[in-house]
Amino acid sequence: MADVTVRMRVNGGPRSASVPPRLTLADFLRERCGLTGTHLGCEHGVCGACTVLLDGQAVRACLVLAVQADGAEITTVEGIASPDGELSRVQQAFRDHHGLQCGFCTPGFVVSVTAFLRDNPDPTDEQIRDGLSGNLCRCTGYQGILKAVRAAAGPSAGAAAPEETG
Amino acid sequence: MTGAAAAAARYAGTRVPRVEDPRLLTGHGTYVDDVTRPGMLHACFVRSPLARARILGVDAAEALAADGVHAVFTAADLNPDVREQWYTLIGKDVPDTPRPPLAEGEVRFVGDPVAMVVATDRYVAEDAAELVAVDYEPLPPVVDYAAAGESAELVHDGYPGNVAGEFPGAPFEDVEPVFAEAPVVVRRTIRQQACSQVPIETRGIVAEWSAPSGELTIWAATQSPHEVRLFCSRLLGLPEQRVRVVMRDTGGGFGQKVIPQREDMCVMLAARKVPGPLKWIEDRRENLQSAGMARHAHGDVRIALDDGGAILAAAIDYVEDVGAYPVPWPVGTSAAVGMFFPGPYRVPKAAWATASVFSNTSGRTAYRGPWQFESLARELLLDSAARKMGLDPAELRRRNLLRRDELPYTNPCGVPYDGITPLETFEQALKMLDYEAFRREQELARAEGRYIGVGTCTYVEPTSAAMALHATEGATIRIEPSGKVNVYVSGGSSGNSIETTVVQLTADALGVDIADVSTVQGDTAVTPFGGGAAGSRSGSMTAGAVAETASVLRERIVAIAAHRLEADPGDIELDGGRARVRGVPESGVTLAEIANAAYFQPETLPPDVPAGLEASGRYRPEHPLIYANATHLCTCEVDVVTGAVKLLRYIVSEDCGPMINPNVVEGQIAGGVVQGIGNALCEHLAYDAEGNPVATTFMDYLLPTAAEIPDIEYGHVETPSPGPGGYKGVGEGGAIGAPPAVANAVADALAPFGAEITSLPLTPETIVALVRGADGTVTR
Repeated sequence: MADVTVRMRVNGGPRSASVPPRLTLADFLRERCGLTGTHLGCEHGVCGACTVLLDGQAVRACLVLAVQADGAEITTVEGIASPDGELSRVQQAFRDHHGLQCGFCTPGFVVSVTAFLRDNPDPTDEQIRDGLSGNLCRCTGYQGILKAVRAAAGPSAGAAAPEETG
Repeated sequence: MTGAAAAAARYAGTRVPRVEDPRLLTGHGTYVDDVTRPGMLHACFVRSPLARARILGVDAAEALAADGVHAVFTAADLNPDVREQWYTLIGKDVPDTPRPPLAEGEVRFVGDPVAMVVATDRYVAEDAAELVAVDYEPLPPVVDYAAAGESAELVHDGYPGNVAGEFPGAPFEDVEPVFAEAPVVVRRTIRQQACSQVPIETRGIVAEWSAPSGELTIWAATQSPHEVRLFCSRLLGLPEQRVRVVMRDTGGGFGQKVIPQREDMCVMLAARKVPGPLKWIEDRRENLQSAGMARHAHGDVRIALDDGGAILAAAIDYVEDVGAYPVPWPVGTSAAVGMFFPGPYRVPKAAWATASVFSNTSGRTAYRGPWQFESLARELLLDSAARKMGLDPAELRRRNLLRRDELPYTNPCGVPYDGITPLETFEQALKMLDYEAFRREQELARAEGRYIGVGTCTYVEPTSAAMALHATEGATIRIEPSGKVNVYVSGGSSGNSIETTVVQLTADALGVDIADVSTVQGDTAVTPFGGGAAGSRSGSMTAGAVAETASVLRERIVAIAAHRLEADPGDIELDGGRARVRGVPESGVTLAEIANAAYFQPETLPPDVPAGLEASGRYRPEHPLIYANATHLCTCEVDVVTGAVKLLRYIVSEDCGPMINPNVVEGQIAGGVVQGIGNALCEHLAYDAEGNPVATTFMDYLLPTAAEIPDIEYGHVETPSPGPGGYKGVGEGGAIGAPPAVANAVADALAPFGAEITSLPLTPETIVALVRGADGTVTR
């Protein structure tokens, strides 16, 4: 099949490229945009390492084709911290509570939690566990991650997160 | 920061924020798949769809004709180029098992690499792999290792009975009289299912050959860059200094990435035959099919006790599945199962033997506490014995756990324990739970038809084994001309927080602010040789290396400062980035001033002090092993209708000596515990009767999620080891203690049904069968 031109905004900036229709959004971001923070852990939509925000909604970039994201607003883990490197509230909470070890699953957790707390600023423990159950971590036993989400939750939790626009 | 403020700072022992985090939290880590090189090509393997078959032919014509395909390599292309193939970790002189890069003549498991396609991108390479036609003649596979001894078929010629190796250990005859006469004997066959390490980052490697300079550069997902370099230099016959291995970030390993495997060999061998850098990134299906299996084993185990519950003897006859191509040679490691079977208990006599058996399945690989079957078998047996004797399992353990006043104690298999606290950790864990209260609650719950249970596991663990590849560890510290510090160790971040650990230790050793210390790791071109992250060794060994090296620099700094301050070197102290005369806080020179002198005013240095402020040192432990110990305690509720297990509380009381960073210690424990919980309840790298793997996605290989995991509570007992700083290893223990603690908790919950747990995993189906008594192992 012939390549297709896609245009989207990635972390606030315009991106356009001519891509094969079968190119996944994850590979588009990693290989065409050089945004290698979006990691691939299973490529079948279970581990959640490749989670990005598509029009504000957390999606698995391995299960979305780049052509499906045409016209969309994408936020990857690289777009979560301030441009000067200051960590977001969620990122800082992960650091404060040992919420990461090897760091490979971390971008997916950071993005998922950012969206989760925007939509559920004051979650119960059960809601937190449920909200995290779509992301796999093999290093931390989830202990530091749970603590981080509890710490990042609260009335102003969602303040800095991109709004759902889709 | 002022000198006075820094004087209060001591970094070891505190929860210092990790230096790895800012890059990893923002998506700026450098994992192997993030490495892109100009002209880079991509590899994809053609893998066997059959458990065992003869390869009659490989036709790559159609694949080679495809646009973007550079090459299709088969065994005939790559295997003859192997010069030497052995691991520094195990040594050259073991009777190693076969390990061809690509399958030659016969495929021996589903996923066995048969050919490697090289193309311009991964999509094209995968398409072309589909076009490679392999003609197979199916052969009957040996799927069940437990029956492999009787099979008429052989996984490998030259291994009668499919036995890869045996360790005779301590003879059973010696304990038979004790078992014959003991008032109480409990004997079970315990079975553990196949599991996999499952790092969330799969395996991967990039190899770039520079023909003009004769240099090979490798980027790898590895726990040991220097082992990759040594292995590669031998494999290709390249001088070691012409191979450079780089690893900034590795996405978890847990043993799977301690040494290069067959696919890595293929990429190394092909690197000189392709026109650009060659990258291979494994996908998850390949990882679950081919990256290795662990845990699969059974043991005929028994203990003899007297009427008072004192253990008289223990015996284990252990048989493990090593698959078709174990990595590394598994037979030596299996001995630890026998030697540690007595655990931290007073066991007067013991016997053991191990056997490693081939099957047509994925090869056995190292996994966090590879010998942990000893703890699973022993702790299940102890609970069975307690039930049989009508004793509380805690009481039975109290009567047998080693006390401090009995140390040093050599177990009946010859293991000389010292510096351990099994009884203390056991009592601490029970106290944290309020064990008596739990038993009362259990009684009330049972009266209401609810089934709750408590299980424990107490183990002693060898850490920081100083042998072969792991015999020493090096560090280089450079105090730069500005007075800032860089510390170089082998390391590389693979989830063990070794960057933070090294920075903490160096800041303490030199008396400088932690913000003034950086670390450079994971590049063999610039770091001293080191064995890598394995065997719960990084903390202790790296602490030794930093201490050794920093002491040289301290001495030099003190000499320069004493000279400048006209003081006695014995009166100089280093603190807050300054050297000053003890008791005279306003005195002193900064490290920046000392460095300036050392590099730019060498004429001002005292005689006999060399110019510059850099040093390298190498730590060689006096003790071949450092013992750590812990008790795991778990409570659960079992739904006897659905078979669901809900974990209620999980307590770990461990003794890893003083903690360098409690966050790191607890993180290692928690990660191991949750892997162990997964091993106990849901993970299963299963095969069907024809040898087809049936768990090759995360829909089938079930990992625990945040929804199933209880909060883990930690108790610390700190007994110093004889090693540097008194530190002990803590990387593997979590995964050792959890499976038996969980299994015992479930067995305790189901005790009213007379259920005996002898095999894992404890899936809902298994539990319902236990409750219904349908399982053959149920006794009443």
